[in-house]
Amino acid sequence: MSDIASRVKAIIVEKLGVDESEVTPEASFTNDLGADSLDTVELIMEFEKEFNVAIPDDQAETIGTVGQAIDYLEKNVK
Amino acid sequence: MEFKRVVVTGLGALTPIGNTVSEYWNALLNGVSGAAFIKSFDTTHFKTKFACEVKNFDADAFLGRKDARKLDPFVQYALYSTEEAVKDAGLDFDKLDTSRIGVIWGSGIGGLKTFLDEVVNFAKGDGTPRFNPFFIPKMIADIAPGHISIKYGLRGPNFTTVSACASSNNSLIDAFTYIRLGRANMFISGGSEAIINEAGIGGFNAMHALSTRNDDPATASRPFDLDRDGFVAGEGAGTIILEELEHAKARGAKIYAEMMGGGMSADAYHMTAPHPEGLGAALVMKAALEDANMQPSDIDYVNVHGTSTPIGDPQEVKAIQQAYGDELYRINISSTKSMTGHLLGAAGAVEAIAAILAVQNDIVPPTINHFTDDPSFDPRINFTFNKAQKRVVRAAQSNGFGFGGHNASVIFKKYEE
Repeated sequence: MSDIASRVKAIIVEKLGVDESEVTPEASFTNDLGADSLDTVELIMEFEKEFNVAIPDDQAETIGTVGQAIDYLEKNVK
Repeated sequence: MEFKRVVVTGLGALTPIGNTVSEYWNALLNGVSGAAFIKSFDTTHFKTKFACEVKNFDADAFLGRKDARKLDPFVQYALYSTEEAVKDAGLDFDKLDTSRIGVIWGSGIGGLKTFLDEVVNFAKGDGTPRFNPFFIPKMIADIAPGHISIKYGLRGPNFTTVSACASSNNSLIDAFTYIRLGRANMFISGGSEAIINEAGIGGFNAMHALSTRNDDPATASRPFDLDRDGFVAGEGAGTIILEELEHAKARGAKIYAEMMGGGMSADAYHMTAPHPEGLGAALVMKAALEDANMQPSDIDYVNVHGTSTPIGDPQEVKAIQQAYGDELYRINISSTKSMTGHLLGAAGAVEAIAAILAVQNDIVPPTINHFTDDPSFDPRINFTFNKAQKRVVRAAQSNGFGFGGHNASVIFKKYEE
């Protein structure tokens, strides 16, 4: 697992209070991990802070699963 | 139209001197002080270094870490005392019409800690607004009754009353009035406050409102004592279940007392100073008696606002003299803030609980920390100094006065068929 992937998973475990085993690449924040719309916004903000990137709203809307978050960050984090 | 009768069928308390109603009541009767040096933040640069904090409250254990994180302490406290009250009242909401059960809650300020943390975080940044999406819904003063309704599925009237230190007297009066008018069968009412943080203590210190007796915190809250030097900040929550009498009887509920009335008034005088002659405070006591259709001769105990400030206590004494006349020398008065500190928007709720339990148990909790008489007070007044006093308490009145000149007062009486 990449460094980015493990840090993303740690944030999700912390913020959503879920077990690490549930945080699979296919897992949807809202459907599988119990996030509501505000939780999702908070997650995106935590990713921005952790990786020092700005994720535009139109991009943020495309990030709905753990795998999508990892992919986006791996492509955009310098 | 004929008014419905309103009774108290459940109580819950989270206070600086006890985390349940029975712990709180025992501490009140034993004259326990809740004041100690502040543990929740570094007070090095603060004029006041002590307060009445809630002790041994574990929000993560109560709510789970995920939910606790999204709730300001004033909401965590509200949910905690309400859980006790719901259990105490034996409520099974699956068997009740939840569209006829509401929540009216008092909070003077709301999520001050949340506001402080988020603004500090912004100020430390580069100007980019990175506010947490939970900032606003965590902070707003109305969110406590919102969360209570979500937890229990209660779809009746739901809002917060905000009148500073009279807030939860106002919530009780609103709940009482709606039940009386037949608009609901039951309310979860009361209030909560959590301002013991840098902004709360610093803000009240700036007003010279707080005691600075740092060499002896436990005796700092000394209402009606000659050497009183300000109030002691408190925090916590009190929940009172108010229910329409026939509804309560139909489900075989235990009845603590009957709520008889509530009065409201304004000083129309100054932003923070009470009217020097106690004008608004006298009016509100009289208004509550009138609303209850009772006379001063029907009341045996007044739980006074009595914050231990140099100017607040004398005006309340003047006000009681105006409202009660010579009956004042027959009754007991006491300020339980001498033990709990001042819970601000939750004060009315926890003090109403003290009044209700005084009525139920025929014992008056004391005004502790009395050392020196203030010669300006009539010595015939029984302030219940230092020790609880047993007496028949047929009915009790409880006062709350808030910055802004808001006054609200409630009356409870022994329940009789």
